[in-house]
Amino acid sequence: MKKYILQSLRLTAVLLVLLCVIYPVFVAFAGKFSKGNGGGEKIIRNGQVVGYALLGQSFTKPQYFWGRPSGVGYKADASAGSNRGPSNPDYLKEVNGRIDSLLKYHPYLKRSNIPADMVTASGSGLDPDISKEGAAMQVKRVAAYRKLDEKTVADLVKKATKDPFLGLFGPSSVNVLELNLALDDLKK
Amino acid sequence: MNTELFGIVATYLLTLVIAIPLGKYLAKVFAGEKVWTDFLKPIESGIYKLSGINPKEQMNWKQHMKALLTINLVWLVYGFVILITQDKLPLNPDGNPAMTPDLAFNTVISFVANCNLQHYSGESGVSYFTQHFVFMFLQFTSAATGIAAAIVFFKAFRDKTVTSLGNFWEFFIKAITRLLLPLSIIMALVLAFSGTPTSYEGKDQFISLQGDTVHVSRGPAAGFIAIKHIGTNGGGWFGANSAHPLENPSYFTNSVELIAQVIIPIAMVIAFGVFIRRRKLAWMIFGVMTIGMFLLLIPTVSSELGGNSAIAKMGVSQLSGAMEGKEVRFGPAISAYWSTVTTIISTGSVDSMHDSTMPLTGMWQLLGMMINAFFGGCGVGILNYFIYLIIAVFISGLMVGRTPEFLGHKVEAREIKIAAIITLLSPFLILVGTAMASFVFTTHGNAAWAVQPKTWLNNPGFHGFSEMLYEMTSSNANNGSGFEGLGDNNVFWNVSTGIVIFLGRFLPIIGPIAIAGLLGAKKYIPESAGTLKPDTLTFSLMTFAVILVLNALSYFPALALGPLAEYFTLIK
Repeated sequence: MKKYILQSLRLTAVLLVLLCVIYPVFVAFAGKFSKGNGGGEKIIRNGQVVGYALLGQSFTKPQYFWGRPSGVGYKADASAGSNRGPSNPDYLKEVNGRIDSLLKYHPYLKRSNIPADMVTASGSGLDPDISKEGAAMQVKRVAAYRKLDEKTVADLVKKATKDPFLGLFGPSSVNVLELNLALDDLKK
Repeated sequence: MNTELFGIVATYLLTLVIAIPLGKYLAKVFAGEKVWTDFLKPIESGIYKLSGINPKEQMNWKQHMKALLTINLVWLVYGFVILITQDKLPLNPDGNPAMTPDLAFNTVISFVANCNLQHYSGESGVSYFTQHFVFMFLQFTSAATGIAAAIVFFKAFRDKTVTSLGNFWEFFIKAITRLLLPLSIIMALVLAFSGTPTSYEGKDQFISLQGDTVHVSRGPAAGFIAIKHIGTNGGGWFGANSAHPLENPSYFTNSVELIAQVIIPIAMVIAFGVFIRRRKLAWMIFGVMTIGMFLLLIPTVSSELGGNSAIAKMGVSQLSGAMEGKEVRFGPAISAYWSTVTTIISTGSVDSMHDSTMPLTGMWQLLGMMINAFFGGCGVGILNYFIYLIIAVFISGLMVGRTPEFLGHKVEAREIKIAAIITLLSPFLILVGTAMASFVFTTHGNAAWAVQPKTWLNNPGFHGFSEMLYEMTSSNANNGSGFEGLGDNNVFWNVSTGIVIFLGRFLPIIGPIAIAGLLGAKKYIPESAGTLKPDTLTFSLMTFAVILVLNALSYFPALALGPLAEYFTLIK
């Protein structure tokens, strides 16, 4: 028994060095050569960091495309979903409220034009994307507010749309931050 | 077929393409045959030397279990001490506090047991030191423990009559050097170059496009997320686990993480067949597991693609399926596939929130964890399956009126008793645990704990019951996923699930190893016309029936009270 304890202690020490020092330091070193140098890819405008490429951020102003509802208000240091169950009456009321509010800001829409992703909270609370339909339904509002013609805005949406992986696998999506940055860049 | 379903098919096929050769490789590695990774031998010799281990020293099954339990005990003590002192240790750039003793108790057991149930949140509850030196360390070692245990079990059936079953340390170390570490390095690099952070910098801060101040949690996560999946651990670096865009940046990385968590469990089944020189038996087991997986997968995908009927009534379009708790870049189809894989495999990582999935999906998730033997966790999956197999052997033996045998060894009262205890353990822990939780919730709602029992459910009614049932099931299965709405960081859940995880880990390892050790030491009986052959279609069906019947009898009432009842209220 004593032999096993001693072997366990020594083996644990050796493995701590291998697995918790050598391995992650090697990965950190390699990560230096990735986009963002291992600290996450940042997006910079006028010398200021305005966001992380992968992280969604809150958009509520009418001149921007809006992202999905978030269970945590897009707090990037407290990711979580809403964890609301499908039959929860409060939750269903909340979804209905989101639909009404979208209809208010987009009076030209029918309920069936609204895709589910625009009225449901994401898993991480930081979802950077919306569906193509979710972007399409907002084009008219954004164009009107920015006094742009709808086609210009729709073209930007097309540009920010990511096709399925290799064109074959998974859904397509629209990155909201990328789209809004492109809108802001238009002004210049 | 649309691109979302096509993604599932491609991911599954790619899994098999990697897992099957990996299984053959593993069999060779652990049989000590020549393989291309033998250039790593000097590293292993170095580890043996530094640790005072003689890899040639043979152990019987009891010595194996002693070694296994001793080192796991060392990790429990070590991890606990770090967790309650992490605020004073280095690598804590965000200044996160120490854990309370009950949370530390739960968390260290959870990681030692390859469960990775998390009652803390990665962003605010732990330091980088803890993430690496406790969690990531245990993610490697707990997976290696499971694999080493499975190899001991393989050894018992390789030769006719054996008592010496190899050296535990050798299996354990090889599982790391020849399998877990190389695969993790590859995967960590894939993640790093897809956008997952790797550097030790602390939180960042920026002003968003519309002027909000945002704090961003980061950290050296890529290496952690790699072993989290390779080793079927599942604990997330961030609170949102693999739904988090930094933890799982794209559809591509999502498939990589999905493949990574299944390859070793599938490979272990293949390795079993090659190692004991009965490939047909392995393919039969593989067949039963695959059919079981698809029987859970197909209705799960269909129920998620169908969307929420209550939301459909509001008139919005659920073109792609149910979206609450899901990420747009993955979509409901592959998220449903993930939820099946992560529950049958005992990974417990999530790329969508299980609490928000459809009621029937919740039931399939629960059932996957209750059965816990369709591939199952690293190494332990096949041990769990073995218990069902022994029960099937016993029942078949009774049916034809012969002493049951398995691979030429008589299965007698002692072995059956062990198998029966292990079989009964799961329903006992899950159902008694859930009953206790329900009791505390209804009668002690005002107890002055960190989370008051009356507020610990995030959803009312049947779904609330499912939250408690899920927590206990996930703990017993060493799965680690959760219906995360549950307010689980309080003394009741920390202590109760800590105990359930511990028992649900070590007894189902010791039981099968004991049976295998006892059987392997028995006299070998050559096959005759009357021998029950375990590698036939009939016997495979028998095993499948045993799995279904045992689980249906144990859990149907609980499932009827939770997900089924919720399903029927939703469709009315």
